[in-house]
Amino acid sequence: MPNSETHFGAPRSRVDGRLKVTGAAKYAGEFTAPDLAHGYVVSSAIAKGRITAIDTAAAEAAPGVLRVFTHENRPTTAWLNSSYRDEVAPPGKPFRPLYDAEVVYSGQPVALVVAESFEAARDAAALVRVTYEHAPHETNLRNVLAEAYVPPKERPGIDPPPNPRGDAAAAYAAAPIKVENGYHVAPEHHNPMEPHATTVVWEAGGKLTIHDKIQGAQNTQSYVTSVFSLPKKDVRVIAPFVGGAFGSGLRPQYQLFLAVMASLELKRSVRVVLTRDQMFTFGYRPDTIQTLALGADREGRLQAVMHEAIAGTSPFEDFQEVVVNWSGLAYHCDNVDLKYKLAKIDTYTPLDMRAPGAPLGMFALESGMDELAHALKIDPLELRLRNYAEMDQNTGRQFSSKELRAAYRLGAERFGWARRSHEPRSMREGRELIGWGMATGVWEAGMQQASARATLTAGGKLEVAIATADIGTGTYTILTQIAADALGLRMEDVTARIGDSALPTSPIEGGSWTAASAGSAVQAACYAVRETLLNYARRMENSPLANAGLDHVVFTAGHIALRSDPSRSVSFADAMRAGGVDRIEQEETTAPDKGNMAKFSPYTHAAVFAEVRVDEELGAVRVTRVVDAIAAGRIINPKTARSQIIGGVVFGIGMALTEESMLDHRLGRFMNHNIAEYHLPVNADIREIDVLFVDEEESKANPIGVKGLGEIGIVGTAAAIANAVFHATGKRIRELPITLDKLLD
Amino acid sequence: MNRFSYSRPGAVSEAVRAVQAEAGAKFIAGGTNLVDLMKYDVERPRRLVDVGALPGLDRIEEQAGGLRIGALVTNSALAYDPRIQERYPLLSRAVLSGASPQLRNAATTGGNLLQRTRCYYFYDTGTPCNKREPGTGCPAVNGVNRIHAILGTSEHCIATHPSDMCVALAALEASVEVTGPGGDRRIALADFHRLPGDQPERDSTLGADEIVTAVQLPPKGFPANYTYLKLRDRQSYAFALVSVAAALEMDGGSIREARLALGGVAHKPWRDPQAEALLRGRPATREAFAEAAALVLKDARGYGGNTFKIELARRAIIRALSQAAAGTPQPIADKHIA
Repeated sequence: MPNSETHFGAPRSRVDGRLKVTGAAKYAGEFTAPDLAHGYVVSSAIAKGRITAIDTAAAEAAPGVLRVFTHENRPTTAWLNSSYRDEVAPPGKPFRPLYDAEVVYSGQPVALVVAESFEAARDAAALVRVTYEHAPHETNLRNVLAEAYVPPKERPGIDPPPNPRGDAAAAYAAAPIKVENGYHVAPEHHNPMEPHATTVVWEAGGKLTIHDKIQGAQNTQSYVTSVFSLPKKDVRVIAPFVGGAFGSGLRPQYQLFLAVMASLELKRSVRVVLTRDQMFTFGYRPDTIQTLALGADREGRLQAVMHEAIAGTSPFEDFQEVVVNWSGLAYHCDNVDLKYKLAKIDTYTPLDMRAPGAPLGMFALESGMDELAHALKIDPLELRLRNYAEMDQNTGRQFSSKELRAAYRLGAERFGWARRSHEPRSMREGRELIGWGMATGVWEAGMQQASARATLTAGGKLEVAIATADIGTGTYTILTQIAADALGLRMEDVTARIGDSALPTSPIEGGSWTAASAGSAVQAACYAVRETLLNYARRMENSPLANAGLDHVVFTAGHIALRSDPSRSVSFADAMRAGGVDRIEQEETTAPDKGNMAKFSPYTHAAVFAEVRVDEELGAVRVTRVVDAIAAGRIINPKTARSQIIGGVVFGIGMALTEESMLDHRLGRFMNHNIAEYHLPVNADIREIDVLFVDEEESKANPIGVKGLGEIGIVGTAAAIANAVFHATGKRIRELPITLDKLLD
Repeated sequence: MNRFSYSRPGAVSEAVRAVQAEAGAKFIAGGTNLVDLMKYDVERPRRLVDVGALPGLDRIEEQAGGLRIGALVTNSALAYDPRIQERYPLLSRAVLSGASPQLRNAATTGGNLLQRTRCYYFYDTGTPCNKREPGTGCPAVNGVNRIHAILGTSEHCIATHPSDMCVALAALEASVEVTGPGGDRRIALADFHRLPGDQPERDSTLGADEIVTAVQLPPKGFPANYTYLKLRDRQSYAFALVSVAAALEMDGGSIREARLALGGVAHKPWRDPQAEALLRGRPATREAFAEAAALVLKDARGYGGNTFKIELARRAIIRALSQAAAGTPQPIADKHIA
């Protein structure tokens, strides 16, 4: 290691912070172009059926209207369904906007009105008259459970449940202590602050620059080139900032298709922005119904785990996420049977939402563990320690690292867990019952193949570039830190460029793998620059570094210096002059180590402790304190890392207490489609959230030893809160969210 | 949102004439609700008559021992007015429990009286709604109705009135001054909003060409024994599932006078004079409060998703009356329920 780390591990403010708070950071719907036209989407009022007539005459006659696109007049696009599959599409036939007269879900786009101004488009959109022929629809998952099926085709990257091990049914029957229950978490929508938007800048000759709300510019680029049969060189996607996404921006959505279609057809620049209610007309966290059975011996050791989940998906795609697998690896148990099935309902395809699957499955498992602890009169934390998993029994691999014990211990200490009384309803203050609950969180520490470019100028400025995204997580900042350390630079001398399809290849920003994937690629590219620089320096006449290897030098303050005698050094500029270059550019690709992946399971872990106060008479719940102790390998930036976990915990509080997308099954429609009636937590709902990072040495998951933090903060949080509600009230609520009506009985 | 014309008259009479002159014309002041409804295509006014700058309507004045609140007094100005805080703290607390500071800075007293329901179906032009399009039906009755009414409903509409301010005004026996082509008139707050019956499209008894000019508060403000208790699905920025305005005049441990109004349960702020009469002269006990609650809710009806509101309202009434009797009103700054 030629350099010491000055920035890696240090709390650094966001390098893009000023741009964001001053409004200088541009989002997809803020880019503009001369002669920009505006599209407004007309959404279907029915969940299933056919459009028998669509009258656009009044809309077309409205002032300022350029064109009304419907299935009747849309231009031809790619023929094959496979052309519409994007980088993270589940198996199936992707939704094709304005494809034909069929309506397959409520809120489906049925027309796009394009006009000279947004206002004119919106006004005219209200004049489009659609006549439907209804067909019977079904949006209630409970009504189709009998038709549940194991998805015939796996979604790439999503492991199906492991094969059963041992004999769970027999072990359960023989277990002296049993708990078996059903669990349900309401469907949720992502509700990022920034609505989905696409601005297509059209250039004469047909070149498009697309500003899209997307968690991966290259996913949009390949979708557009494939669907509209355009050469890659003619489509550039620039999406430098994303105003929150939480998974909603993983797949290209219909506003992208519509904006590109209109732009190509009208041969001018077009912007389409979805309304807040239209943000409820595509993917969501799927309705998932679970049953969990745990059998234990009298000391609390798990004898059997049986966990089944049935999740809703759309008629056209088999969305899959990992819901039950966690129950096979969170604790040691030799008899495990896990099942995951789908059932089709007439909504759009669900979509990955922060820690897809994990907070659902872990809500069931961690509630079940709490029920077991109560039945056994064992402290819930002690029960978890007795069942601590030393290896990943799902795969038979060792964990790449796992400091969950330390997380339990430090989290419990910080929270004061030892002072908890076992019995429910045993703590109160005034009219409020107080409850303490805890849960374990787990998420995979992924890494994907990624490429990055690093360019160093003779003036000592470094640029690193990769086509990843920063969805608010701090990617710009951590890439800057990693690059600055590699070449011994100040962060001010480093620029990170991301969010551009023309940059080196990166996977979409998701799965908590960006720090590991983009970070490793950036570091590798910077290391390659470093090596080139040293080679030039060694070749200089009378070079003080003539015989020095990378291990013998440090890169600092624009110089390469001998470690043994820092006064002997060569400046970056002199080295480049010697090499006859004024810049050094290197591109590197990094990927997970296959050997390590065959032997080790990389996971992040969390120990979540929550305090609730419940008004005994009125049922109102407050989460007054959360301690989340995280074991996630090395932490690049404790400041942005803490923000990630706080955000995840807030999501968990929303899942536990307030968030619920309400379907009217008679209409087949989500009804509370705005953020007044869909209750995200607000500041008043959030009290103390204390985040701890546990020391964890990680050397196998990826070259930089990080594990990712985007998801782990939500996993287990809702369960810890529900467990705290039980401890406070003696009422076990297995249906989230825990709204006050559920505590009135 | 439709195209509309816009005018800004200089006097109340001129404003009334402007609205009268054109079918589909509407008054606008703070616009915190109307602009929203226009964006959702729920309201499509042909003309907006902006009354926000009319002179003389933004004052709170002494009148006959009470206060007269101009229709253009903003919710913030109202809630933080020292006279309101001292003499009518119930009203101040109710206003501050609604919306957000930004909205309260823009929203006016007159507009608050006329804000429209938050019913999901009313807001969604892709669904039927008798209030929005009379005769199309009410999907809420058999649909998603967590936020809907349990008292005074009809088969045509189970929407609620969303205001917090109006619940306090109902308890305080306020009245509304209006003016129109036929001159000035005064409407008791209890008669200002109406039940849906078979005309759910009508929220209030105000004529389409009438304008609210002021709200009058009678002298009695119950500053010693009052509370505004609001129960909702998150601790701020949410409409009431159930809210209770309780105001008492105590005589030692007995109740000399009682006022009780509920929000979130009906098409109008729900005041029950019979329950108030029952409390008069009674010792302030939980039993008395429970009897009053039972009386208020004797005809309550749930529709599935909102059935819990009956029990919640019962408990909330008891809690609110207890808080009022004890002189320990629900605090606003700390949102947790006292």
